Amino acid sequence: MDIKIPKLSLVVLIGASSAGKSTLARRLFKDTEIISSDACRAMVSDDENNMDATKDAFELLHFMVETRLRRGLLTVVDATSARIEDRAKLVALAKKYYVMPVAIVLNLPLKICAERNRERADRNIPFEIIANFVTLVKRAGRNLKEEGFKRVFEYRNQEQVDNIQRVFRERMFTDRSDITGPFDIIGDVHGCYDELCLLLEKLDYKIDKANYCLMENNGRTLLFVGDLVDRGPNSAGVLRFVMNAVEAGQALTVVGNHDNKLMRWLNGKKVEVKNGLECTVKEMEAESAEFKHKVEKFIFEMASHYVLDEGRLVIAHAGIRASMIGRASAGIRDYCMYGETNGEVDEFGLPVRLNWATNYKGKAMVVFGHTPIYEPQWFNNTIDIDTGCVFGHKLTALRYPSKEIVQVNALATYAVSKRPIEKPAVSMQHEHDALLDIDTVLGKQLISSRLMDTITIREGNVAAGFETMSLFGIDPKWLIYLPPTMSPAETSSLPGYLEYPTEAFSYYKEHGIEKVICEEKHMGSRAVVIVCKDVAAAEAKFGVGDGKMGVCYTRTGRAFFGDEALEQAFIRNIAGVLTERGFWDEFHTEWVCLDAELMPWSAKAQGLIQHQYAGTGSAAKNALHAVNKVLSNVKDIPGIEQLQATFTARESMANQFVEAYGRYCWEVQSLADYTLAPFHLLATEKQTYFDKDHVWHMETLQKYCGGEGNVMQATAYKIVDFADPASEAIATEWWLALTAAGGEGMVVKPMQFIHRGERGLVQPAIKIRGIEYLRIIYGLGYTEAAQLERLKQRGLNTKRGLALREFSLGVEALERFVAGERLTSVHQCVTAILALESEPVDPRL
Amino acid sequence: MLLSITNTRKPATDLGFLLHKHPAKLQSVNIKSGIAHIFYSAATEEVCTCNLLLDIDPVSLVRDHKGGGSFALEQYVNDRPYVVSSLMSTAITKAFTSAVNGKCKDKPELVAMPMDLTVALSVVPIRGGVELLQNLFEPLGYTVKATQYKLDENFPEWGDSHYYTVELQHHITVQQLLSHLYVLIPVMDNVKHYFVNEDEVEKLLAKGEGWLEQHPFQELIVKRYLRYRSTLLKEANSALDVKEEEALVNEESGKKDACQPNLHDQRLATVRDALLATEASAVLDLGCGEGKLLRLLLEKRQFTRILGIDISLHVLNYAKRRLKFNRLSEEELGRITLAQGSVLYKDERLLGYDAAALVEVIEHLEEHRLQALEKNLFGYLQTPHIFITTPNKDWNNTFTEDNSKMRHTDHRFEWTRAAFAAWCEKVATTYPYKFVISDLGDAHEVYGAPSQLVHFTKI
Repeated sequence: MDIKIPKLSLVVLIGASSAGKSTLARRLFKDTEIISSDACRAMVSDDENNMDATKDAFELLHFMVETRLRRGLLTVVDATSARIEDRAKLVALAKKYYVMPVAIVLNLPLKICAERNRERADRNIPFEIIANFVTLVKRAGRNLKEEGFKRVFEYRNQEQVDNIQRVFRERMFTDRSDITGPFDIIGDVHGCYDELCLLLEKLDYKIDKANYCLMENNGRTLLFVGDLVDRGPNSAGVLRFVMNAVEAGQALTVVGNHDNKLMRWLNGKKVEVKNGLECTVKEMEAESAEFKHKVEKFIFEMASHYVLDEGRLVIAHAGIRASMIGRASAGIRDYCMYGETNGEVDEFGLPVRLNWATNYKGKAMVVFGHTPIYEPQWFNNTIDIDTGCVFGHKLTALRYPSKEIVQVNALATYAVSKRPIEKPAVSMQHEHDALLDIDTVLGKQLISSRLMDTITIREGNVAAGFETMSLFGIDPKWLIYLPPTMSPAETSSLPGYLEYPTEAFSYYKEHGIEKVICEEKHMGSRAVVIVCKDVAAAEAKFGVGDGKMGVCYTRTGRAFFGDEALEQAFIRNIAGVLTERGFWDEFHTEWVCLDAELMPWSAKAQGLIQHQYAGTGSAAKNALHAVNKVLSNVKDIPGIEQLQATFTARESMANQFVEAYGRYCWEVQSLADYTLAPFHLLATEKQTYFDKDHVWHMETLQKYCGGEGNVMQATAYKIVDFADPASEAIATEWWLALTAAGGEGMVVKPMQFIHRGERGLVQPAIKIRGIEYLRIIYGLGYTEAAQLERLKQRGLNTKRGLALREFSLGVEALERFVAGERLTSVHQCVTAILALESEPVDPRL
Repeated sequence: MLLSITNTRKPATDLGFLLHKHPAKLQSVNIKSGIAHIFYSAATEEVCTCNLLLDIDPVSLVRDHKGGGSFALEQYVNDRPYVVSSLMSTAITKAFTSAVNGKCKDKPELVAMPMDLTVALSVVPIRGGVELLQNLFEPLGYTVKATQYKLDENFPEWGDSHYYTVELQHHITVQQLLSHLYVLIPVMDNVKHYFVNEDEVEKLLAKGEGWLEQHPFQELIVKRYLRYRSTLLKEANSALDVKEEEALVNEESGKKDACQPNLHDQRLATVRDALLATEASAVLDLGCGEGKLLRLLLEKRQFTRILGIDISLHVLNYAKRRLKFNRLSEEELGRITLAQGSVLYKDERLLGYDAAALVEVIEHLEEHRLQALEKNLFGYLQTPHIFITTPNKDWNNTFTEDNSKMRHTDHRFEWTRAAFAAWCEKVATTYPYKFVISDLGDAHEVYGAPSQLVHFTKI
């Protein structure tokens, strides 16, 4: 004999002490699923028989039950649960989390219980107490259904108990996560059979319109969000078609409020025949009793909602709360059919429908209908696809997983909407995103990313990141990406060099990479640039309301240009080039996000250069000059030559230092003084380019670089194929030449943007900096042999760990952005990168 | 980096006896973070020059002073090894111990004998320029010469650096000279000392004995010398600090009225009184900074629940110290909470308060982001009473003619009275609030008060 219960149940064992509840529970369920009052007593008092601890023990029990139910786990309560008030608390908890309460009653004779109690060595409960429990259990059995238990299993003797073979867990009716798609999700049809057929043909389905049959579905499944009937001309036709398709396993449908009302009418319930039901009723009156019966049964069996594609997709008619997904109750069915209202009536006499999705933070994408809207809009990972076909507007299909929208126009206006269907002024998502949630940017953050699983950001770092973001960050609506920090190569074994290409190549070879790209570094500043086709496109995509058509920001999310007019001139220059050379058409986009280097370095770092570098240089040059002047006059003192040699060398290093930083500085007054060297085409509409290799990025971007008046300039690069040692030598020579001329050096990257080796993610880039450039990082005298020796003892692990986490978070932020996720989830990743930047790391790396 | 002392009082070589260093030898002593070399570049009857050359190791400089905890690049690339700074002061006491202490074994009579001394210092960072140099040394009788260097000769447009070669001349004893240098070198530099000890005050008193008491710039010298004591304060002064504003206003208007409560205290008292008048018991201080308003609120028992919010944990910790959190009773602690947060984020913790105050906060936000603030305050939190203060741009006319000038470097905008009223009007048409605007501070007949206050009441 099997016990059949829904996969998500709260199983309440009911039975006197020593009735064998714990033994049975252990036999049928996983240990972790069982919460026993005795165990709770032991946990709070060290003694499972301590009756003084009962109150605390049950508080703990209820807390654990609640936590498990909230998390969607089947839970078994092993307590006597003999009194109605004890059970009521558990039933209420089950109801709160839309979990099915199930009772297993061990209604065993007093004799057996008492006997077992006597045999127990660990405890001995007085006979009267057991007798009392047995009576209570006997009495309980009769009313459990009324108490709210959906299923009750009662056993009156040990033989029956022993006969229970196992517990069979039924899949939840709403759970179709086994179907992974692809799907086409159809909005509210409302009897518009002609339009439905047109739409399906547009979607490449073959249909037999006259026989209401779907002939060919190309391996796709149709999903209907409900409201198949009412108002339109052919509700019966739509029903015939959908019933056939569902029967054939080609379609699924959830129940809509109109469908439900039709069922109640068919069932003979007293319903008001209005709001379009009158049309369907008229049709039904001409139909056979058999058909009507079939329809009634069909609607009765419709699910409140469906969970599909391993939990990634949910459909419901009017919406659903994240806490309801995959669960079942009358309350959920109601919510799914009607959505949320607050009892108010709007100016058109309709109940005010609250936007349930405002607070939706679930992981699953929710597709729904119910409220006719002008155009489907993504909002917090949900989308309403009811575009009011029956009101003369459109019938919409959402293709999944591609998220493509396919529509047909209504052939006629079959009904007049009380609330006009108008284009909204501001998108819901932009409106909503104006106010971000604080809990994703404060407190310890656990961010699941597609590249690294869960990334943990410590609370202290998060606080620092939040502060930096709040003080200096540009508007979060623009801040969709931050580049990762970059590690240098291991220190060189060659004398005189701190960094040299060999170590970068070895790193990638060790990680099994065959080809790398070496890109020249220009000694600019890292910049992220977002450019839109025009101001309208910027507003439509980013919804900032600042009138900009793009932004240029630094590695830490600050505006690059202090002067907004200059920034916009810069952006317009880029947009002009992109327009002229056909970028927008080539990439089917109206915006682009670029990763780049912006020159000159002095544009951003003027303060740093003047106060730090120029100051140090001036002090060193002039002080050392004075020292050498004095020293040169000293003769005949033993040991003075040594001092003279040291300080003469130092003076020439000071001069080299001044030259080194001076090379990267030029005065910037106008746009013409700036140069942008883009090296990653990060994202465009609905698309990132992390799957393209670096040659693709360089070649693609080159098309938009150079030419008269263009701020964008191409970056030189070399490809190294480790199978060909000559290519390695060429790249090394190239680096030597670049740095000998005072260049900053180069960046080596694995050919693939994202490379996963046997030991996990590989560094996305490694920099190798030139001797003279390093002087401004390590101090002007770093090349002195003794200093260099010490400096070579540097550790890179922290830096590299950060680089990988920041890289993963940056990729995650952009992927989330292009997927249309709510801004909060993008902002969380970006703030996390800033948070990681507060980690103390040697800044010279 | 280099200190050269020259004596021209015959016999000039007396200097060698006083300094207790042999003219024919190069002597080196270890000092913190490096070595000090002592050698003579002249030693004749007429001229005797003793040089003290510091060879500072930049790497150990960082290692020795990691206490700050900050990992900034400037620790590695900085002027410290090349300048005459507090490191020179410590080197002086280490290299010339006996002279500093007024002892001379071989010729004790020299100690009290003034000599014709010239001191050359290369290079000295002087924050305050030649004027400061003169103010420091001329009252003590020195003749002062200074050569200033450019920041970078290749970039003349960057202007001058604050580095000088300084020459000082005086007829004075060596001990006095060294005491002056010991105290005044770090005063010119005005950078946090590397030799910070609790006994610094004693050192100052000892070295300043006999001259510092009468020095006309005594206050400045003491303040700069003991600069490290205010480090704590400096760190905590965030972008929201109001001191800068007051300094600017005072500087530009040229008036300082010690009897009047300052502008900010006035603002806070007014806001506190306005909050009291609403009969609110649970109040929010959004952007509480170092907690000045919180302190006023704590004093009033009417406020039973006070929440201060600021974006900076650093500033909040400082506020806790100022409010003496560790000395508050449990009951008092139950009334007040400080938490990190921002008016631009949706935050459940801020729900359910009777009144909220934003004192000089909004002007620190980009103007277009005020819509998020409005949505939050008036749409989401819907706090019944909301008080917002912001500077009145009109009033800037009382101290400057420059229309683009703002009162604080971090102000993103400053509103005229008309602009402020327009914004309030816009808020009140979008959200169910009514409002009253009032002056904050003493009003000028044409330009109004320095600040403006609006009281929004939920309808």
